[in-house]
Amino acid sequence: MTVLAAHASPLGLLLVLAVIVPLLGLAPLLLLKARPAERSALVFLAAGLAIVCALCFEVARSGAPLAYFLGGFKPPLGVGLRADGFSAFMLGVTAVVMVAAGLFAMTAPGADKPRMPLAFWMLLLGVWSALNLVYVADDLFALYVALELLTFAAVPLVCLDGRAQTIAAALQYLLFALFGSVLYLLGAALLYGTYGTLDILLLAQRAHGEPALLAALALMTAGMVAKAALFPFYLWLPAAHAGAPAAASAILSAVVVKAPIFLVVRFWYDIASPAQTAAVAPILAALGAGAVVLCGVFALRQARLKLLIAYSTAAQIGYLFLMFPLAAASAGAGVWGAIAWTGGALHLVSHALSKAAMFMAAGVIAETLGHDRIAQLSGIGRIVPISVFAFGLGGLSLMGLPPSGGFVAKVMLLTSAVQQGSWWIAVVILLGGLLAAGYVLRVLLPALQRPDGNLVPVPVARWREMVALALALGAVALGFVPLQPAAFLAIGRPASWDGAVP
Amino acid sequence: MTALVSTPTLFGLTGAALVAIGLYGLIVHGDALRRILAFNILGGGIFLLFGVIARRGAGAGFGGDPVPQAMVITGIVVAFSATALAVALVRRLQALPPEPEDEAAPAAASTEHEEAA
Repeated sequence: MTVLAAHASPLGLLLVLAVIVPLLGLAPLLLLKARPAERSALVFLAAGLAIVCALCFEVARSGAPLAYFLGGFKPPLGVGLRADGFSAFMLGVTAVVMVAAGLFAMTAPGADKPRMPLAFWMLLLGVWSALNLVYVADDLFALYVALELLTFAAVPLVCLDGRAQTIAAALQYLLFALFGSVLYLLGAALLYGTYGTLDILLLAQRAHGEPALLAALALMTAGMVAKAALFPFYLWLPAAHAGAPAAASAILSAVVVKAPIFLVVRFWYDIASPAQTAAVAPILAALGAGAVVLCGVFALRQARLKLLIAYSTAAQIGYLFLMFPLAAASAGAGVWGAIAWTGGALHLVSHALSKAAMFMAAGVIAETLGHDRIAQLSGIGRIVPISVFAFGLGGLSLMGLPPSGGFVAKVMLLTSAVQQGSWWIAVVILLGGLLAAGYVLRVLLPALQRPDGNLVPVPVARWREMVALALALGAVALGFVPLQPAAFLAIGRPASWDGAVP
Repeated sequence: MTALVSTPTLFGLTGAALVAIGLYGLIVHGDALRRILAFNILGGGIFLLFGVIARRGAGAGFGGDPVPQAMVITGIVVAFSATALAVALVRRLQALPPEPEDEAAPAAASTEHEEAA
């Protein structure tokens, strides 16, 4: 008799629905024509959002993780699905960005041809299903499958327009992602060989900081770092994210790169021993610091708006890795109660919202002008003021100016860094903010100038600009969350399940 | 068995060698097709390791632990699809004429060189 059985929650089916409803939405797209297919995809996006909302609400209401065992078989025989506070949080962020991207990509009523190819809607739903599986799967092999599904759905998003340049970027992305996947699989093989299980909860009980555990987790982390485009592996990201259509860029930059980071958190805070985490965290933070500084400088030097935003993503990812040593150092007081942890999660969501908004705004700007060369942006603020405003608000959050989610997140990370005397992390956080200010203002200043020639704008649908603005306002609204550890994120995390596990 | 090394160890070492060769190829070569091949060699090494783990964990009269065997089958299918997708992209890329570029294109392939393992 295991206590795990008691954990199969009555509403656990929501976890299954979160994964399969997007996939079910994919099926009719194969049969329908472009316009009805688009509407059908939007209906399924709405259904997915409703399911994720119900799931988050249930986790918050019960204060315990949701669990489900496929076919009723419990681990180690079966595969478990589980959503704790952090998973539910990630599911929620993903759902918001997905629905926003769907609305942004939607064809205007009355337009004569669809805005996005049918493949976009299929891939959108495919990416969503894979992401949800990454967040709820509790089995390392199910996670491997989820990561591969994510790769296969995300790579074609890059080359939807079929130009040679974007296909090259997609190929590059695919090879980096596959490199990451095989390293992950190798780590999983080592873990199974050592502990005889791939269930994260069981691994956490059986593992006690053996060297094999460290080797396996290091391999898997290297794989995830390649997929997340952290500093030495960022090379694929700018071309891939900048080449995709705006709605696809928004998804790739805002949520797809976050999935591997979520897994890195799981590896080091759910499976590894605290001593191992404390040893590895500074390495991750050093890579993160490299990303914040170097990719920030690269972003300053870009000539194209979308490339600038893509480099900014590579830089902002670095902040999430700065969180590791700060959260690990406070392990004694409960990692999940640490302010750095909440700060990192808040940075994740505010970056997701602001970056999606900025990519959408950049898409509108590029459509209006027919190009996205930063040198020729002057006066664009008079033509698409809403988009430029959305871009600016997103930039506000990236810079970390109040009031914005980015500001609160950085305050929390800085507080934690100062409390622990990690001065170098504090310096990197501040320097990253300055660099972000540099590259955002490089775009905003000319955009607000008087136009130097006769701009002939192409009309854009107002509501698409509104989608970008809503996301940017969301990032700003996050600036009003209380400056304290969020209880929701701690639901079901290791600190609170000491007694629950057999 | 009186061999110098036991069969699982021999297969394990072979798997490790394949992983090393594949990793080397993936990192050193810039050409997409060579990297796809290297990825397959690397994958082959890992599948062999799964086989060793299955053999070592055999019990209750089985020839091998069925769980790693099931994973290998899934892994092979995934690696096959990945290879097909990558080759399709390479073919499409070769069929298209190279386009003139007016922006500083980010570094091409062959530049991933850090901390492979």
